[in-house]
Amino acid sequence: MLGNLLLIDIHTAFPEIYLALASMALLLYGVFRGDGKAEEVCRLAVILLLGGIYFVYQNQTQNALAFNGLFKLDGFSSYLKILCLSASILTLMISVNYLKLQNSLRFEFPVLVMLATLGMMMMVSANDLISVYIAVELQSLSLYVLAAIRRDTYKSTEAGLKYFILGALSSGMLLYGMSLVYGFSGTTNFDSLAVVFESGTLHIGIVVGLVFMIAALAFKISGAPFHMWTPDVYEGAPTPITAFFAVGPKVAAIGLFIRVMMDPFADLIGQWQQVIILISIASMVVGAFGAIAQTNIKRLLAYSSIGHMGYALIGLATGTEEGIRGIIIYMTLYLAMSIGAFAIIIAMRKSDRVVENISDLAGLSKSHPMMAMAMAIFMFSMAGIPPLAGFLGKLYVFLSAVEAGLYGLAVIGVLSSVVAAYYYIRIIKVMYFDESSEMIDRNRPGVLNTVIAGSSLFTVGFFLYPSPIIAAAGVAANSFFDIL
Amino acid sequence: MLVPLSYYLTLSAILFTIGVFGIFLNRKNVIIILMSIELMLLAVNLNLVAFSAHLQDMVGQVFVMFTLTVAAAEVAIGLAILVIYFRNRGSIEIDDVSVMKG
Repeated sequence: MLGNLLLIDIHTAFPEIYLALASMALLLYGVFRGDGKAEEVCRLAVILLLGGIYFVYQNQTQNALAFNGLFKLDGFSSYLKILCLSASILTLMISVNYLKLQNSLRFEFPVLVMLATLGMMMMVSANDLISVYIAVELQSLSLYVLAAIRRDTYKSTEAGLKYFILGALSSGMLLYGMSLVYGFSGTTNFDSLAVVFESGTLHIGIVVGLVFMIAALAFKISGAPFHMWTPDVYEGAPTPITAFFAVGPKVAAIGLFIRVMMDPFADLIGQWQQVIILISIASMVVGAFGAIAQTNIKRLLAYSSIGHMGYALIGLATGTEEGIRGIIIYMTLYLAMSIGAFAIIIAMRKSDRVVENISDLAGLSKSHPMMAMAMAIFMFSMAGIPPLAGFLGKLYVFLSAVEAGLYGLAVIGVLSSVVAAYYYIRIIKVMYFDESSEMIDRNRPGVLNTVIAGSSLFTVGFFLYPSPIIAAAGVAANSFFDIL
Repeated sequence: MLVPLSYYLTLSAILFTIGVFGIFLNRKNVIIILMSIELMLLAVNLNLVAFSAHLQDMVGQVFVMFTLTVAAAEVAIGLAILVIYFRNRGSIEIDDVSVMKG
């Protein structure tokens, strides 16, 4: 009986168990082969992560709880797991060459990426406060080390230190909130919490705990006013790591945010809706105005990602199925645009030096017309110009806000995306109309070109055939509203 | 004599606040920040244990075991990052942690 139950549990959580074992095996392999074989370890990691996608895909048909309700498998978690795994695979693909040229390709890098991915997958599957905490920490601890992976440079170590301190602070707040929620409701399980809150009697301690948890989760998705670590960490960390920070952890953290708000606290929407609206507005405004004065392109994309999180949170603030579906679509498109934009930044080197200023893009349209066009596509898409993917992402989120009656939020969203368009279009102006003294190097590895081409094709072509992703996102969003 | 739950909660709230203020107000040394983080986590543990005893429920104590373990790992990583930072910078004064700004 017990053995049988354990087998079912293992089957439900198989992709995670597989990834945990695979990353440990890869670590052993890396240790025995040494740093000289780091590139090989990276390639193996990509293959193992692809295997992870396969297992998630195999497992997606069933909805199940495992390990006494600590772990939940549903359409939502499967969809976001595939997104997180794809983000990690794309990051690994675009980073190998860059890190090798910087002389900082170590075999620990792919292993840490895999462990962070495992944490992300557990985050979106967590169904208990304890598993939320463990998953968040597994992801964060790997990310702290990744931020500081260039341990011989000021900037990278400073980024690691800042990320660690603010990340640990947010973990502390998350835990404090969890302890209050546990103490005043008597349980840590999401399903039991939902039952407790259904009855309506609400202790003030639970509201305080909930606010602490929202603040901590806003830290993790870098929503304003908890965003201050983002620009520094994005600038300091090596560019491929920044690319990873900008997609994977964001997708997972917003997934966790949705899970926590919509599963246990769904009946308390009156308590948390205002807070989410505030964070959303603050993020959109900070993202729009903070980026204007930036000269470093990584800092600019950091502010841009803060703004994007604000748009995604609009969907959560509605608390409706359309809103959740909007976020999921938004995050999918955001992943494609960000990876593409970062792949171009990774390709920015002049006479084998890494350059990161926006002015270094000058003259790109003459020296690298294809690359300039791809960058223009990503920037237009992020600014939300139709018919590119970013526009459709914003459209679904704003529509859900209008349907839920949150007109003010939708209007502020549209206005701040107009402001944000200024700095996106400034990049295009620099690329197409400014003269440059020095050209960006021509020799790019083929895999970088493939990622750039793939994500720009996706960004351009999404509006032609959006139905598979929209349908999948609809199924994923439905798992919160469908009674099992 | 039984100590009421509110005493524990007040103490842990005070400890937690001291931890948070330790991070933001201290202008001297990064080690103090690490100590403040530890203080915050221990305040949470106190909270969890007090609730666990009050509710006669084991989950809180299980949670504390996890928190303690993860906190140890977290501090290990924090100290490691601090060591490589010190190697590059030659100081762990907080005012020096500002190459990047804006």
